[in-house]
Amino acid sequence: MKYLIKKLCTLIITLFILSLLAFSAFSIIGDPAASMLGTNATPEQVAQLRHELGFDRPLLVQYGDWLSGFLRGDMGTSYSYSLPVSGMVLEKLPTTFVLTLMALALNVAAAIPLGIAAARYAGGLFDRVVTVLNQVIMSIPPFFTGILLTCLFGLVFRLFTPGAFVSYAENPWGFLGYLFFPALSIAAPRTAMTVKLLRSSILEQLGQDYIRTAYSRGSSRTMALWGHALRNALIPVITFTAVSVAEMVAGSIVVEQVFSVPGIGRLLLASISSRDFPVVQAIVVILALWVAAVNLLADVLYQYADPRIRLS
Amino acid sequence: MTAEPILEVRDLCAGYRTRGRAGRDRQVLDHVSFTIHSGEALGLVGESGCGKSTLARTILGMQAGYTGLVCHNSQRPQMVFQDPFSALNPARTVGWILEEPLRIAGQSSRAERRRRVDELLEQVGLSPAYAARRPHELSGGQRQRVCIASALIVRPRLVIADEPVSALDVTIQAQILQLLADLRQEYQLSYLFISHDLNVVYQLCDRVIVMKEGRIVEENTVDEIFDHPRHPYTRQLLEAAE
Repeated sequence: MKYLIKKLCTLIITLFILSLLAFSAFSIIGDPAASMLGTNATPEQVAQLRHELGFDRPLLVQYGDWLSGFLRGDMGTSYSYSLPVSGMVLEKLPTTFVLTLMALALNVAAAIPLGIAAARYAGGLFDRVVTVLNQVIMSIPPFFTGILLTCLFGLVFRLFTPGAFVSYAENPWGFLGYLFFPALSIAAPRTAMTVKLLRSSILEQLGQDYIRTAYSRGSSRTMALWGHALRNALIPVITFTAVSVAEMVAGSIVVEQVFSVPGIGRLLLASISSRDFPVVQAIVVILALWVAAVNLLADVLYQYADPRIRLS
Repeated sequence: MTAEPILEVRDLCAGYRTRGRAGRDRQVLDHVSFTIHSGEALGLVGESGCGKSTLARTILGMQAGYTGLVCHNSQRPQMVFQDPFSALNPARTVGWILEEPLRIAGQSSRAERRRRVDELLEQVGLSPAYAARRPHELSGGQRQRVCIASALIVRPRLVIADEPVSALDVTIQAQILQLLADLRQEYQLSYLFISHDLNVVYQLCDRVIVMKEGRIVEENTVDEIFDHPRHPYTRQLLEAAE
């Protein structure tokens, strides 16, 4: 419990520093007042708008203003659309959330059985095929996998119509079906890495002395793997999967473009190019919160997998 | 001694090919023959790398590629290993580890397995409460007691102990040796006791075989070996021990 509180404090500090960094990064790039008014604006008009938007105040005051608003649920107003940011973000968030969750589910559901099977039959034909495929998949970035999947399953096999996004309100199953291929593109490289890690982790555990003890007691290879090695071998995999979630959140931003998924990633990219600072700031903090929460969950899981950690 | 033989090893040879194109066969065991009788403790001494551990593995059937005969006149022998820190799975409780040989042997009643675990823990001088602990919570001596309990839980008649005390402090060594001696009395156990330390062998064993480069160079009772060593290698070992 004490451990959890400590972790939560770290999480809050992380988010605080991150939002401050995002805030300063944007102020270095320059405020959007000039671009909002267009090329014909006089310096007086720009100064007037800067004053209205509060850009003439010290940076820390601006940040404090933003922070107190954010904590009350007010994320400011979009410069481009003049809409409240919270509404815009909350509308897009569930799609990206489902997309990433689906990628995570695919990642775990594929990596664990494949990693176990590759380790169980290490050196065999299956293991060698998996190893080669792993190397290939690992080296293809998600956006390119996305393009390949669109060509193959969208245009050749016609399993989905590229670009024809189905919203959840329209058809829940169609929505999940459309997100399947984007999720697959995001999950593929991380899954290949997880399989490789799990395989080598299991083989490392199978070489330990306690496995030799188990064999001497009459244990079979299968029993040694499931009863002894697997649990210890999963510990590094949990840590890696938490990192994978961060990677997959980042991957979703790009892949949403490829598959025309109207998620938070598309909104983020559009807002960056239009210098719609309040939207960018809100999305960055929300994504960071998400990744940090997953890492916290991994820390908790980690303790269940490795009892030696629980005491410290 | 007229007791029945419990393990007979005849002309055992084992080896492996060194890697590479010029791979040569390296003979690890060279026509090893000996017998252990019921209730007897046989010491096996020799320097490291002389094939002691390979011999133990071969007797347990954990070594591929050997010729010769290993004849058990009882059920499968059990083994106690050298390093109690790495020999126990860190993720499992002591109780789970102790139950494992019973599960493998097909003892399906959980209550019966639990009862045996409690019984064995007391036999090796630990409280049954230790069943819920994990190996990292135990000291080296306590872990080695757990290892001994897990070897004895299926009631073997022969226990092979491969350097069971060499990883422990001297005071703990004495306690573990005493425990092995007590258990031998109680269960009429036979031991194959592998060690490089002649003093340890002297305390526990009846007979000793001396091994050098995969071959048995001398075999005799413990008193004869210590008082009248015949082979120069045995003398060398004895001098080194003093």
